Order: sequence, then C-alpha cells, then structure tokens
Amino acid sequence: MKILVPVKRVVDYNVKVRLKADGSGVDTANVKMSMNPFDEIAVEEALRIKEAGNAEEVIAVSIGVQQCQETLRTALAMGADRAILVKTDAAIEPLAVAKILAKITADVGADLVILGKQAIDDDSNQTGQMLAALLGRPQGTFASELNLADGKIAVTREVDGGLETLSLSLPAVVTADLRLNEPRYASLPNIMKAKRKPMEQLAAEDYGVDLTPRHNVILVSEPAAREAGVKVANVAELVAKLKSVGAI
Amino acid sequence: MGNVKDKNSFIWYDPFLLDQQLTEEERMIADSARAYCEEKLSPRVREAYQKEYTDPEIFREMGELGLLGITLPEKYGGVGASYVAYGLVAREVERIDSGYRSMMSVQSSLVMYPIYAYGSEEQKNKYLPKLASGDHIGCFGLTEPDAGSDPGAMSTKAIKTKNGYSLSGAKTWISNSPIADVFVVWAKSDAHHGAIRGFILEKGMKGLSAPKIEGKLSLRASITGEIVMDEVEVGEEALLPNAEGLSGPFGCLNRARYGISWGVMGAAEACWHAARQYGLDRKQFKRPLAQTQLYQKKLADMQTEITLGLQAALRVGNLFDQGKMAPEMISLIKRNNCGKALDIARMSRDMHGGNGISDEFVVMRHMINLETVNTYEGTHDVHALILGRAQTNLQAFF
Repeated sequence: MKILVPVKRVVDYNVKVRLKADGSGVDTANVKMSMNPFDEIAVEEALRIKEAGNAEEVIAVSIGVQQCQETLRTALAMGADRAILVKTDAAIEPLAVAKILAKITADVGADLVILGKQAIDDDSNQTGQMLAALLGRPQGTFASELNLADGKIAVTREVDGGLETLSLSLPAVVTADLRLNEPRYASLPNIMKAKRKPMEQLAAEDYGVDLTPRHNVILVSEPAAREAGVKVANVAELVAKLKSVGAI
Repeated sequence: MGNVKDKNSFIWYDPFLLDQQLTEEERMIADSARAYCEEKLSPRVREAYQKEYTDPEIFREMGELGLLGITLPEKYGGVGASYVAYGLVAREVERIDSGYRSMMSVQSSLVMYPIYAYGSEEQKNKYLPKLASGDHIGCFGLTEPDAGSDPGAMSTKAIKTKNGYSLSGAKTWISNSPIADVFVVWAKSDAHHGAIRGFILEKGMKGLSAPKIEGKLSLRASITGEIVMDEVEVGEEALLPNAEGLSGPFGCLNRARYGISWGVMGAAEACWHAARQYGLDRKQFKRPLAQTQLYQKKLADMQTEITLGLQAALRVGNLFDQGKMAPEMISLIKRNNCGKALDIARMSRDMHGGNGISDEFVVMRHMINLETVNTYEGTHDVHALILGRAQTNLQAFF
C-alpha cells in the first residue's frame, strides 16, 4: 500500500502574525515558515503505518511556491520516501488543492491519504473532506487513533459525547487531529539523507484544474481587542448587569 | 536606482534575517535541535541545576538525534554537517543552559575531533561511533592546578615503558570526567623530547580516577571533576599519533571556542527575550516596564549586541567551512560574544527586579553559567592578549 501525505507550508506556529497595512492579508515577508503542525502529525502517522509493515511507501506532496520544497524536505527528513512539489505562485483555495490531490492520488496509486485536519493559517478544514468526495472514497476526519486490519481502517474520532470509531474500507481518506501522535524529530543523519531522496517537480497548471479562487477577500483585520471586564459583588448585581447590556 | 523597497517589515528577534543566510539544511538542523531542546532539555534543567544533577541519558538522546560530532564524516558516526550547523546547534542547546552545551561541546570538539584529526584509523573506528551515539561519554584533560592559561607549564608526564607509556599527573576542571568512559589526556612525553602528546585513556584503567569537584555555583547541570593518574599503564596504541606540541590541544579548543561564540548568543537571546516579556507583563506606575525609556534602551542594547554577535559568528563559521579560518578570528568572537552575553545576562537579571533572583526565571542561572563560559577555553583577557599579539607582533603573556 502507498500512503500519500499532503503537507502545507504555513507561517510558523511560534510567530505572531502581522497584517499587511492595506488589509489584503497576512504579511509573510521574512517570516519564518514551517510545516503545518497537523500535517506533521499526518506524516508521523503514515511513517508509523509503514514501520509496522502495513505500507510500502510514504509520498509527501506540497502545492505552492518553490519554497514549499523545504517543507517537503522536512517530510523526507522525518522519513517519507519521496516527494512531489506541485508549483504555483498563485493563491489557491481548498477546492483547487483537493482537485489536484485527487489527480495525484490516482497517479501514484495511493490507497490511503492522510492529511492534517486543517492548516493553521486559514483554518479552512475543507481539503480532506473535498478530496474524499472527489475520489468517491470514505472519509474519517479528526482522527485521534488509527488501526489497520483486513483491508479496513478503524478511525477513532473525538466527538462531543466521547469517542466514535468508524470502520472505513480502503482506499480511504483520513484527516489527523492533534492527539493522534507526537511527531518525531528529524534526526541529523536523516536531514542529510533527505537531500538524496527523490523530489519530483510539477506545475499546478499541468493538472488542468481551474485554480481561480472562488472567494473574494474583501478585508483582513485584527480581531477586536478584548475590553477589560468588571467585577460584580453578587448574583443580583450580575443579573442586573447582564440585563443592562441586553445579554438576557 | 534599483527597485528600492523601504517598507519591509522588521523582525525584532532576527533583525538582520540570519535565518535567510543559512542553507536549507542548516535551517532544518537548527529547527530539529531547537525542538529537542525546548521539549526535552528545558523541562529538566531547573531541577538538574538545583540538585547539581547531570543526566547521562542526555548524551544518548543527543546521540540519537545526531547532535554529537556533527562535522565528522558519516563513516565515523558524524553527519558531515557544516561548522555553521555546529554553531547553530550550540546556540539552541545553550539557549536552555550553558552546562548542557558544555557537555556537548566537550564530547564533539574536545574528544571526538582530536581522535578524528590526530588518531589512527584503529582509534577512530574503536572510539568514534560510540561517542557519536552517546553510548560513551568523553572528557578532555589539559588544564592542571598550576597550568591554566599557560598549558605549556603542565607537569603531567608520560614515561616510556617497554610496551607503551606510564602516565602520572593531575588534571582539573574537567567537564564530564566523573562519568566519562573515554579520556583524551595531554602529557609531556619523555620519549618525544618532552613534547606534549595526546593519549586516549579508558575508564577502569589501573591508577586512573576522576573525582567530582564539589561546590560549584555555576554550570551545575554539567558535572565537572579531576583526572588523577597514578602510573596509569597504557600501550603504544593509546598514543594519538598525529599531534605533537600545543597545536594538538589548540586545534580542538579552536573548534570548541568557535561553538561557544554561537552558544553564548543563545543564552543571551534567552535572557533578552525573558527581559522583553517581563517588561511587557510587569506593570508599575500604571504602565508596563517596557514602556519606560531606561528599559527600552537596555532592550535595544541587547538586540544590537546579539545581532552583531550572531552575524560575526556566522561570518567566521562560513570562513571555517571555506577553510579560511584563522584562530585569531575565533579569539575575537569567543571574547566578544562571551563578554557581551555576560553583560546581557546581568542586565536582564537586573531588569527582572527581585523576581530575577528566583530560579523560576531563567536569567540568573544563565548569568552565573556565563561567568564560567567567559573564563573557560581562554579567558576574556587572554583572548585580548592573543589579539594584541596578532597586531603588534609583541607577546605580552609569558
């Protein structure tokens, strides 16, 4: 079995993002970029499945600017076998990403696609679901545990009431939640080896997918600063206060 | 006129965009080292420092990640990384604690490097892989009670025997020695006209002991001891064949000192970031401390010295990798960066007010550690004399 793991290059989670002065988006110039943390979890899970003898190959793919190759190199250093960079300088949205991924999934013959549940930049949480629909495959989202047996994959999900376990027939699409695993560190020998692993470069335009964004961003602005609270002495005062601000 | 854009955003914690001056590989190595240090070293340093406890497991963890002897070739357990990468790792480790960085520097530069550079093929194959994996811990014996800045005054002797040598003498202030398996020791050898030669000793040899030095107020997370040799008998195969005179130990020390010049900037960055955050959080006279001019002036000084110090270390690292390093360059950055880091740590301690003396904040631990780092591997003053000699041709230390 082959596992495909899409990885996204995002602003590093440690960086406090700043907006562009014209409100058109987040300023990413000179900002440290890293692999989306949920995608790291997805890579780790794919590697564990391979190490347990349930997969032969882990393929990382990234769609975006040339520098996405650094994100792919990180996946290779963690242990992925090869990487595919689908290059585009255009801003692309989850639907276009899912359409390209659907073609790549078919091209490489991946029976399992593991994605991060969402990217920490736009928090869309759409790509995995769209991909499953486009491929016509079962989906298990927000996985906190995966178990493979007899051509099926058991996906445990954290839902409001507790844990839910789905049994999916392969081929399938899974998205990783935070508690699925703790990703490994890329060791220095593996970082050096990553240089020698194959990385294929393709152009997004070659997939015949309409990359045009379906959304029109009007304005990106800071959340309103939280105002200082007030202390109340007792319940009666609390109720009166809530009434006075029209909250009840 | 080119296309000049002067509205680029300023990254306060990386003013000259050091990150962009690195190779992709160097950035990845730094990222991995940083993640390990933050997640594995940071949570245990407070207690380790309090209880003066050195966890030997740290060597194995570092070995597993590949942080030991990284500039050495793969065939001996290294990864063939650049000296810049070595510096970046030192910076990340010392961001947590100078003691942890000392443990790593000694293993990499003072034990693995001399065996690699001056050892026989048999010695390299025998010792390097286990030192790289952290299964073996190494130490380096040069300093003696009466030979510190003047190592040529050492009294440890190697007397020729029928099958090898008999070593006698005492080394002091030796990082890692009480828990070491492998000892690289320097001695005056009568069979070599009294020249200083290096020997590899192993734990358990008759007459070899390594008592711990008690009562250290600095680098408490990193164990320090003596090496006492009372007629330790070794075979000819213990002699490092390819080093004679002080150039042997100095070759190792150059590498360790170079790493220190990066490392101390990591400690300084930790103190600077802590002071900035403390100033933003702590309110007095109805405003954050960071909104006062005295406080901001100090933050600006810290930012400036760290930015310049890191840029200097990177420049020397690049020259090192190009084979253009001169030892005086390392004297310059070791001296400058240690002195500046110590100033920054003291300033940060002061900016933390009363809270600064508590180990809940990292700054006083860094400050006390840096007192040692400013002194060991060539004191601030001795490096000044090396630079003085280099520009006057007059040696002022005898």
